[in-house]
Amino acid sequence: MSEKFFIKNYCHIKNQTVSVNGKVIFNDVPITLGTEDFSTFIKNAYKFLKTDYSKFFKMDNLSKLAFLAAYLLLKSENLNEEENNIALVFSNKASSLDTDRKHEAAIENEAEYFPSPAVFVYTLPNICLGEISIKHRLYSENSFFIFDRFNAEHLQLYANSLLRSGKAQKTLCGWVDFDENSYDAFLYLVEKEGEIEHTTEEITRLYNTL
Amino acid sequence: MPKTFLSYNNIFSNLGFDSETVVENIFSGNSGLEKFDDTSLLPEPFCASMISSKIVEEKFSKIGNTSKFTKLEQMIILSLKEVIDDSNIPLNERVGLLISTTKGNIDVLESKSNFPESRAYLSELGKTIQNFFGFKNEAIVLSNACVSGILAVSVAKRFISEEKYDHVFIASGDLVTKFILSGFNSFQALSAEPCKPYDKNRTGINLGEVAASALITSEEKDLPTGAVEILGDATCNDANHISGPSRTGEGLYRSVKAALKEANIGAAQIDYISAHGTATPFNDEMEAIAFSRLGMEEVPLNSLKGYFGHTLGASGLLETIVGMHFMMKNILFSSKGFSDLGVSKKINIIKENTPKELHIFLKTASGFGGCNTAVIFKKVNN
Repeated sequence: MSEKFFIKNYCHIKNQTVSVNGKVIFNDVPITLGTEDFSTFIKNAYKFLKTDYSKFFKMDNLSKLAFLAAYLLLKSENLNEEENNIALVFSNKASSLDTDRKHEAAIENEAEYFPSPAVFVYTLPNICLGEISIKHRLYSENSFFIFDRFNAEHLQLYANSLLRSGKAQKTLCGWVDFDENSYDAFLYLVEKEGEIEHTTEEITRLYNTL
Repeated sequence: MPKTFLSYNNIFSNLGFDSETVVENIFSGNSGLEKFDDTSLLPEPFCASMISSKIVEEKFSKIGNTSKFTKLEQMIILSLKEVIDDSNIPLNERVGLLISTTKGNIDVLESKSNFPESRAYLSELGKTIQNFFGFKNEAIVLSNACVSGILAVSVAKRFISEEKYDHVFIASGDLVTKFILSGFNSFQALSAEPCKPYDKNRTGINLGEVAASALITSEEKDLPTGAVEILGDATCNDANHISGPSRTGEGLYRSVKAALKEANIGAAQIDYISAHGTATPFNDEMEAIAFSRLGMEEVPLNSLKGYFGHTLGASGLLETIVGMHFMMKNILFSSKGFSDLGVSKKINIIKENTPKELHIFLKTASGFGGCNTAVIFKKVNN
């Protein structure tokens, strides 16, 4: 039970800023406040990172946020083109409420009743895990947890369980939250080698880095 | 690693308010599905399994103030209370609480709701349940589409293996709401008639609402009759499509393989499969392909959607509890709604209630986002 794991890389996306391992790699100057800001920002970040993945534009806000954060960490992993065993352990506070509100608005009034499958499919928080799995060929464990705040203890324990039992070779863990005017993504990759020890204290420290 | 068991349990549904009554109803062939014509829920007629709010309130009023709890909270609390009372376990720091749901109190988004929008946050639902009973630990909420209920069993097992908890109570629930009905209807996935999983005339799903609860424990003594050991579990993504199942059943195939490996048994040792079987053309076909690839064509299999409809984040736990009661009775129960095989691979759908000595069963589920979960359970001979 004493096997140790390490945090290899981590990234943040918040306040119009994208950073990897604590270093800012992209920053967009905010023009106006509000969610429109997010769509412009995330599109600019997507272009800057040369992501080249057309499915990105049909995703909802939460999936765009999670997808880009995961892409930042997984693109340098030399992943196998066929399959990879990297578990996804994600969490947030608002679940898929941003898209839930859009679906609700489409059904609230009889006169304007028009539910759309393209919106409805994103009314589940784990859809972003599916988007990431498709892009990076992850046929692996995935789970989405909801807490009212970032919960390092839970993430650490669950990732350890997956790694120790051999259910995953690596785990991509973290927090991706999108709610009304605020967004916050923090992801980190855990594996057998690295310099930052995979402890609750270190996870909390990295989360609060920016 | 400590062994883990699924112990005391409860089902709160329109087929009964305890597991035994519900299983008796299934034995008699009764279904909770009914046809509705209620434009406040869906502009067209639909078929679903729903619990009368009046009955829920009548029951809840004996233990709490009905105006302070949503219908879903009342259902979950009533269900979980039975399990906590039966198990007689003090709720100390070694006891965890896990809530599984897909949409929680999503109906509070409706403008006519008496509850504030803040109740739609799933962590609020967790806190409400936690505080009602006085759990020492914060509720962990799992929301992973239609595998949530069975994945919760895996998660509880893992927390016990990590020695974080000795006991974990799982409570799961979802409602049939305008939100959910309109969404599945926009996918043209709903059947207006009672669903027919795996049948050649299947046309889609029925939705259902239920609360189901269970105790997962490492404590081998004092297990109730019918308790099962969790032998192996796995979750695998299809890495294929967010709203359609894989054509090769990849994630389901891999999850069953991995669960068998952990359980250290072969496919031939599975006596019964409690499958997902939503009765959509694509899902049932995908499952048949996966089970065929696994060499499980002959293993007796059913879907319980013909009794309860698809109860979303509760379905996996609900169907696991029913499965353990089938094992206790040593009866293979019929897959309601099925008459003629309508999938491209031969699989062994149970047509009528059949006595059979049962020792080990497999529960599977698949959901949006490409997720698939498989868990294997073994009868405890005490």
